[in-house]
Amino acid sequence: MSDIAIELKGIDKSFGLVHANRDINLRVRKGTIHGIIGENGAGKSTLMSILYGFYQADRGDILVDGAKTDISGPSIAIDKGIGMVHQHFMLVENFTVLENIMLGAEEGQILTSGIARARNELKRLENEYALEVDPDAIIEELPVGLQQRVEILKALYRGAEILILDEPTGVLTPAEADHLFRILAQLKAQGKTIILITHKLREIMAITDEVSVMRRGEMVATRTTADTSVEELAELMVGRRVLLSVEKGPANPGEVKLSVRNLTVRDSRGVPMVKDVSLDVRAGEIVGVAGVAGNGQSELLQAIAGIRRAETGNVTLNGRPIDVTGEADPNELRHRGLAHVPEDRHHMGLVLKFEEAENSILGYHDDPRYLKSFFLDVEAIRADAAEKCARYDIRPPDVRLKTANFSGGNQQKIVLAREMERDPDVIIIGQPTRGVDVGAIEFIHKRIIEMRDAGKAILLVSVELDEIRSLSDRVLVMFDGHVVGERSPETGEGELGLLMAGVTDQEAAE
Amino acid sequence: MEFLDTLIVLLQSTIRVSVPLILAALAGLYSERSGVFDIGLEGKMLGGAFAAGAVAAITGSAWLGVLAAIVVAVALALVHGFASITQRGNQIVSGVAINFIAAGATVILGQAWFHQGGRTPPLSGGARFTTIDLPFAAELADVPVVGAIYTNLLSGHYTLTYIAFALVPFTWWVLFRTRFGLRLRAVGENPGAVDTAGISVIWLRYRAVICCGILTGIAGAYLSLAMTAGFVKGMTAGKGFIALAALIFAKWKPVSVMYACLLFGFLDALSIRMQGHRLPLIGEVPVQFMQALPYVLTVVLLAGFIGRAIPPKAGGTPYVKER
Repeated sequence: MSDIAIELKGIDKSFGLVHANRDINLRVRKGTIHGIIGENGAGKSTLMSILYGFYQADRGDILVDGAKTDISGPSIAIDKGIGMVHQHFMLVENFTVLENIMLGAEEGQILTSGIARARNELKRLENEYALEVDPDAIIEELPVGLQQRVEILKALYRGAEILILDEPTGVLTPAEADHLFRILAQLKAQGKTIILITHKLREIMAITDEVSVMRRGEMVATRTTADTSVEELAELMVGRRVLLSVEKGPANPGEVKLSVRNLTVRDSRGVPMVKDVSLDVRAGEIVGVAGVAGNGQSELLQAIAGIRRAETGNVTLNGRPIDVTGEADPNELRHRGLAHVPEDRHHMGLVLKFEEAENSILGYHDDPRYLKSFFLDVEAIRADAAEKCARYDIRPPDVRLKTANFSGGNQQKIVLAREMERDPDVIIIGQPTRGVDVGAIEFIHKRIIEMRDAGKAILLVSVELDEIRSLSDRVLVMFDGHVVGERSPETGEGELGLLMAGVTDQEAAE
Repeated sequence: MEFLDTLIVLLQSTIRVSVPLILAALAGLYSERSGVFDIGLEGKMLGGAFAAGAVAAITGSAWLGVLAAIVVAVALALVHGFASITQRGNQIVSGVAINFIAAGATVILGQAWFHQGGRTPPLSGGARFTTIDLPFAAELADVPVVGAIYTNLLSGHYTLTYIAFALVPFTWWVLFRTRFGLRLRAVGENPGAVDTAGISVIWLRYRAVICCGILTGIAGAYLSLAMTAGFVKGMTAGKGFIALAALIFAKWKPVSVMYACLLFGFLDALSIRMQGHRLPLIGEVPVQFMQALPYVLTVVLLAGFIGRAIPPKAGGTPYVKER
């Protein structure tokens, strides 16, 4: 018996040209929570999928309990006591909890006796680990947190001693995430070994004993969590010092580029979401709109961008009116100098099945630069995309790769590059760093500041208050469809928080 | 009493024409529940019917004919499996191809081997199935109502008919009470869950496709050895597609599949029965209209009356480990 549960030696794995894992060495001690952190696309999930037998390594050895083991499929991993909770749950949605837990571990050709045994065993596990779940509930009717619990139970039911969790908090609310961490702490107390994959530094600091950092397919360091810091881990992840705060000089506001007067917008159900909002954005300034999600910020952006029809109100762009209550045409607005980085890049900003180059001209495909008489000039488009890749550090710089294969941060950079490289006058940006990793956040923030300094008028909507405060020159707070106050970005978080919660302007100021 | 007799004759022929539908629809159920859509039921049935007719004609044994039908239909099913599971091809295209191959190959081989214009020689004696009487059928025949139902409706069918109806509860049991069934349903919904549970997605789907082959083979043999005495070109006449419609109509559930097939069978039987009859007020209904009725009803039922039929979620998509 060694006290090392898992040891990986020289694991190497490529998918075509992508070298996902390079010569990885890792030791996970028994009875600990071992974090693996890295940016999106660093190769964490691939490494764990190799350990679970989902992929086979091109080279390298896996040692389980000190013995070299050839994990050629998930069934062998399960046999060796390795369980995995996947990022996207591997559950059959129209099956019951019990059926999902039994699947693959039915014990016998006919289910009847297996069902009874599974039911008892599930009861025992529920009691032992305080993981209650109704065995007869249908998966798709359960909230995400409970579905994840079923995944954990599935692994425990198969006798897992080593539990791998791949980005488990990505789909959870903060409260659910805290609950998950309590469960993990308890599993650890009962002697289980846990490997936690994440790209969130907070989680690593909160719960792990040791942490290994991956960067671009390599394992760059392993630290004892107690002896490291958020700054050190961030630097290891990105490979250079990361500025967690943004540096920017004072703004030089010029003339009003975007003016909104008395705008009222209803959502698709007919509920008024934006109520009588007026605001101005000047050249060379960033106006941040803070607020809890769902207080009308999305509809505000959509109405200005011409995607959603407004009920009443006037909007002018560069001094000329936009017909926001009628036939405002997003395409026309783009050509008049309005760039839009939508809140949800997957649904509005990109076509994930397209190649990178195709997405990099989406909406601007009628630009003569990309055309050869009636046809698209594919060569020109790709050359242009490659140039943007270089300028925006989009990785991998492969303009023919399907966009879905880029990490969140790189997808966002594709959208930014497309919108900003058009030299617009006004840029409206929603949630610029949602689902984006640390290194890319810094890059995106820098670009936004650069655009401001180049004299663009920028309207920024974000639910991240820190982001609003560090980027904006003026902060507007939205609550229940109204702009309830304007503050300088130096205003304390407490006061902005009160405004966001609907406390009146004066009360908040006092 | 005359009405009862008419009804029983109608129902008797409903059962007769429903059997190949039930077998084919159950075949499709195994395949589609595993996530492999199968539009080639028709072709496999046709191939099976031809093999059964040919082998029974040569050997003089109906059961060897059934065996040959199963072998041929399973072989065609494996072609579909290879294209859509191993090679991850388009399942619709593969299914359509199998329909064309079967339609062409049966005629060509039939002509080459038997020189009867694509038919197989007429079968008689042990080379074809005869109906069997259930115990006491003759004794009960004179009991009013019960006798008529027992003797004329339940008794006097082919062995394959009883097998087909027995396969309905059997399929239900397999699907919902066995390990194979649990995994089969799972792989059609989320193959990722099956793969990560350490079960081979590919082998599981192949087994489902083989089940499909066996049942379409039996369905084909029923056509050429029981319903008629010998193979005639194109004798499936769209039954594979009607079975597919019944499968969707029944939302991929075994017992509902049986009822759906009986309904379509009833319409078919009715259309035969109504030919040349005069209806009050309407007069004589054109034969073509009656023949078209099952198909028209299929469209109407599928279009509006069954609500949303939600197919197995992973149906039609080959399994690729996500990268």
